[in-house]
Amino acid sequence: MSTTADDRERGVMRDSSTGVPYDWPDAGGHFGPYGGMFVPETLMHPLEELRLAYMQHMADPRFLAELDADLRDYVGRPSPLYHAERWSRELGGAQIYLKREDLNHTGAHKVNNTIGQALLARRMGKTRIIAETGAGQHGVASATVAARLGLQCVVYMGEVDVARQKSNVYRMRLLGADVVAVSSGSRTLKDALNEAMRDWVTNVDDTFYIIGTVAGPHPYPTMVRDFQAVIGREARVQMLERTGRLPDALVACVGGGSNAIGLFHPFIADAQVAIHGVEAAGAGLHTGRHAAPLCAGRPGVLHGNRTYLMEDHHGQIIETHSISAGLDYPGVGPEHAWLKDSGRAHYHAVTDDEALRAFHHLTRTEGIIPALETSHALAFVNQLAPTMGRDQTIIVNLSGRGDKDMHTVASHDGQQQ
Amino acid sequence: MSRIAARFETLREQGRTALIPFVTAGDPAPEVTVPLMHAMVAAGADLIELGVPFSDPIADGPVIQRATERALALGVSLDDVLEMVRRFRLEDQATPVILMGYLNPIEVMGYTDFAHAAHAVGLDGALIVDVPPEEGHDLVAALKSQGLDLVYLLAPTSTAARISRIGAVATGFVYYVSVKGVTGSGQLDTAAVAEQVAIIKSLVSLPVGVGFGIGSPEAAAQVAKVADAVIVGSAIVRRIEAMAATPEHIPGAIATFLGSLRHAIDEVDAHVT
Repeated sequence: MSTTADDRERGVMRDSSTGVPYDWPDAGGHFGPYGGMFVPETLMHPLEELRLAYMQHMADPRFLAELDADLRDYVGRPSPLYHAERWSRELGGAQIYLKREDLNHTGAHKVNNTIGQALLARRMGKTRIIAETGAGQHGVASATVAARLGLQCVVYMGEVDVARQKSNVYRMRLLGADVVAVSSGSRTLKDALNEAMRDWVTNVDDTFYIIGTVAGPHPYPTMVRDFQAVIGREARVQMLERTGRLPDALVACVGGGSNAIGLFHPFIADAQVAIHGVEAAGAGLHTGRHAAPLCAGRPGVLHGNRTYLMEDHHGQIIETHSISAGLDYPGVGPEHAWLKDSGRAHYHAVTDDEALRAFHHLTRTEGIIPALETSHALAFVNQLAPTMGRDQTIIVNLSGRGDKDMHTVASHDGQQQ
Repeated sequence: MSRIAARFETLREQGRTALIPFVTAGDPAPEVTVPLMHAMVAAGADLIELGVPFSDPIADGPVIQRATERALALGVSLDDVLEMVRRFRLEDQATPVILMGYLNPIEVMGYTDFAHAAHAVGLDGALIVDVPPEEGHDLVAALKSQGLDLVYLLAPTSTAARISRIGAVATGFVYYVSVKGVTGSGQLDTAAVAEQVAIIKSLVSLPVGVGFGIGSPEAAAQVAKVADAVIVGSAIVRRIEAMAATPEHIPGAIATFLGSLRHAIDEVDAHVT
């Protein structure tokens, strides 16, 4: 049984051999036991308004045409699918293809989502956007689209991240955003998200909250996935054009998981395509200093959804560690939690040191400087590719470029010498 | 009849408005909380809301965030809070106590285990800020099986359809959040609150409490004209914070403050009846 016209209309994908449908989330935004809407009552009606507006505009050909034109002319899509021949030859296994999201305007996949949400904000008549950011990539992507659409923009960022991502803070301010340093809790991404939620509760009438990843309450995990799924849709077409068949494996790094779900989602019904997400093992899973909730956490409720979390045995959220600020988050998108439990995707973790080695290696082998987040996915490819045949293929999401990480890498390498 | 329902029934017969103070359990030190609860009852509290510290309190403003951080720094857990309720009950079997907090500590303990433990220590209900009725089904069932109430929030953004729906599943009372914002924020617009409470009362048969942004005897009196309960949190917690270095002064000082609120509310009640 294959996907029917009715399925397509409803966005249902079916496994090409078994006909089993994949049509998560349910009407309440649940992916199996995960996801949902765990928010204070004040936000329930605004979230319902957002869901309805999102469904209405995503069914409007004019909205989709506007989105497509922006992705083409402003972001620079489609992004290339690059065959990393030298790296593939060196590993001696599968052929590795890089989906070049680093070549997007603002240097990462984040803008695919902020363009979509900002267009939606404008259609809903909102004049002010707010965003949370860790590494600053989502903050920059939000400030960028706000500048272009003439919307007021406030970006919440943990004090710790403001200090370690100075150049992105300056970029956001150049773009006209008000960057608010958050000093509560652990003063990192999760606290920036808390503060953005508090702002939204307070200013819900004129404010649109652009969440940067596939987390948060319904409809965010679905909406952000749908905006990021352009990555996988393009990659699917490009791979079929290039090789005449689907890839054998997909690999992407997972913090909140938006670049990963963007690549994975259009392939979920293709059972022959193996799916691998790579979390940050930080100093090592055994040390407890990591950011790998899927590999070493357990289910709980945070930031509006049920998912895997890093928490203590009393249910308090614990501090995470990763060399990459963008993966330094104690939760993960609920759809990843479901893909893990259902066995459709496999999740792994890579340490700071392994990611750094992969960072240097890709830079010297292919002349591409990747983001430290992305380097986690690359490190896993180093393990995976040699176990596969030369006639097999892997698509890796090269989710962002490493310009923002120069200072981190330089200071880390300096310490090593 | 639950202890909460009985308390509201008695107040209704007396023509009085309930005064409900909120304090964060374990702030500024675990040993302060139970004596403080007794002092608040003596000063006129009709029901006590005990805040369960959580690392990511998205609905709370800076005052309660800091209280939460002080309690968490001392390792105060949900188990500890339940133990405080047990100790309170040794001397006070009449005053209802509910927990106010976030879902994850209960999620980790397990709904059934939580409900049994809560019943065993003499807790009367819970208000879980991040559980709207859409996600509350299993929790309600667990609490109900132990005779506990689940108090739901209503907000300025709640539509009539939502208010009716929430009124149908809530037990004990409903808690109207008087401002769009976090705890302790905003200026109270008493005219808007009166209008919204009237709408809620036309749709919901439970008593209606009003909270968020009530910080003075004057504001308490204004709200008492329209609501069945006046809920005060940040104004108390701010005073506790100021005395964090001298915790022995806290029960007396908070009792004095609550007494001023009680007096203002009683004046309104006397005038109305």
